[in-house]
Amino acid sequence: MIWDQIWMIIWTLLKIVAIVLPLIIVVAYLTYAERRVIGFMQGRMGPNRVGLFGFKLWGLAQPFADTVKLLLKEIIFPANANKFLFLMAPVITLATAFAAWAVVPFSDGLVLADINAGLVYILAMTSLGVYGVIIAGWASNSKYALLGALRSAAQIVSYEIAMGFALVGVLIAAGSLNLTTIVHGQAGGIGHWFFIPLLPLFVIYFISGVAETNRAPFDVAEGESEIVAGFHVEYSGAAFALFFLGEYANMIMISSLTAIMFMGGWYSPFSGDSWIAQPSILWFFMKTGFFLLLYLWFRATFPRYRYDQIMRLGWKVFIPICIVWIMVVAVVKVYRPDWIGG
Amino acid sequence: MIEYLLSGEFYQIMLFYVYSAILIGAALAVVTMRNSIYSALFLILCFFSAAALWMLLEAEFLALTLVLVYVGAVMVLFLFVIMMLDIKVKAKSGMSNYTKIGLLVALIMAIEMILLLGKKLVGVLPQDDLVKHAQGHSNVNEVATSLYMKYSLPFELASVVLLVAIIAAVLLTLRRRDDYKIVNPESQVHVKAKDRMRVVKMDAERGNNIGGEE
Repeated sequence: MIWDQIWMIIWTLLKIVAIVLPLIIVVAYLTYAERRVIGFMQGRMGPNRVGLFGFKLWGLAQPFADTVKLLLKEIIFPANANKFLFLMAPVITLATAFAAWAVVPFSDGLVLADINAGLVYILAMTSLGVYGVIIAGWASNSKYALLGALRSAAQIVSYEIAMGFALVGVLIAAGSLNLTTIVHGQAGGIGHWFFIPLLPLFVIYFISGVAETNRAPFDVAEGESEIVAGFHVEYSGAAFALFFLGEYANMIMISSLTAIMFMGGWYSPFSGDSWIAQPSILWFFMKTGFFLLLYLWFRATFPRYRYDQIMRLGWKVFIPICIVWIMVVAVVKVYRPDWIGG
Repeated sequence: MIEYLLSGEFYQIMLFYVYSAILIGAALAVVTMRNSIYSALFLILCFFSAAALWMLLEAEFLALTLVLVYVGAVMVLFLFVIMMLDIKVKAKSGMSNYTKIGLLVALIMAIEMILLLGKKLVGVLPQDDLVKHAQGHSNVNEVATSLYMKYSLPFELASVVLLVAIIAAVLLTLRRRDDYKIVNPESQVHVKAKDRMRVVKMDAERGNNIGGEE
């Protein structure tokens, strides 16, 4: 009956809110963590002033101050900009960044949609994010924005191939496209996690993920020193905030996917029956947090890649390594299936 | 009647009509839009609606692959090229030039399809309105079985043809100019300090006009 379906829709909406709200708060504090961590790495203080009720609290209220500031600012439309597309672009970026979270399993059974083709769904959704960038670049009617958009399009399409191939390796190892089944294939301690048999693919996946999210050292799409701020140079206020939100949500997405596919998701690194060896959502959060820290670390320490070097790395280094390692994994899976996973 | 209107099947059929209407409307918009960027964006909407229809057929793997390949990769490059070409917005849609011949081709295709579906393939078409698979039915397995077991030879042949096409496309565009200035990464990696810099030994200069002026 339809009442069951209406109830199902309401229940699903509640679950979506339960994922998106914490995600937005994590994004807010990720921006704070980024500035503090990079400040620490570079011998600076970072934001440490904005607190609550007269207490400084190490600047913990900084994200809220930033949000209020961005929301209150005016959205400026460039002359001859295509207004509709100009406003749609940040929405597309944010929507695709959030949509991919539908299939991410946080813990055993704790997933919004446990679909069979979860891995393909993730790839499809993350590949759509580029439209926000391209449309923003074109609709802004600005040279720098268009250049940034074209750079970004070429970069994302190139790295998607390496990323897809790395995921093919995971799919061979786990024998499934379902993310929960992929994690189940890594049960039994750190020795059974996929990052050991798939080490080259693990490294390639994470680096491609950094390139895919346009983060340093692959941030030529917004390279401040060359094209001002790239595709979002004309954006201000709330529209800019949406781009920001989308970018950080994508970073968290890539980090959690790396944790799920290569680092055993919610499983503990220890094996046995003690309390520390129990699977828990905390393990998943810790692993995701570790990869997020790597993102910040990269940004603090690496200089920006030159554009032709980015293309060379993607096409001539990553893709060949991926193809060779997929062959290796496939042969191992057929002849020595006990070497891979739990 | 009320029972039927409240059922899930009615809901699914309505979804089919909504997505089909969006698909046809977007396809019309692709050929009638004056701005080629809008045409490309409407083509993306077409692919999306088609993927949604496949999803209603419970072919979720194919639907996601359609989004991944056509929307995520092919159309990105289309948009890329259209933006690079900088086509001016035409005052009049280009459709009118080709309307007559286009309608003729469409008419012939429609007649052919009606003949094929209405006469020959009536028995093959599914009679039931909704496709329903059992719980746990794997779309991926079905695709894999037909691609790699039933039709493995045609599939491999098609992939070889595609590979040849890729190599041909690369060769056609690979023109090396004489004033080719791109750096060779290998020579960059193997460069030594003494290739770039000469350390000269010399005695310390001894002068009393350090301040410049005498």
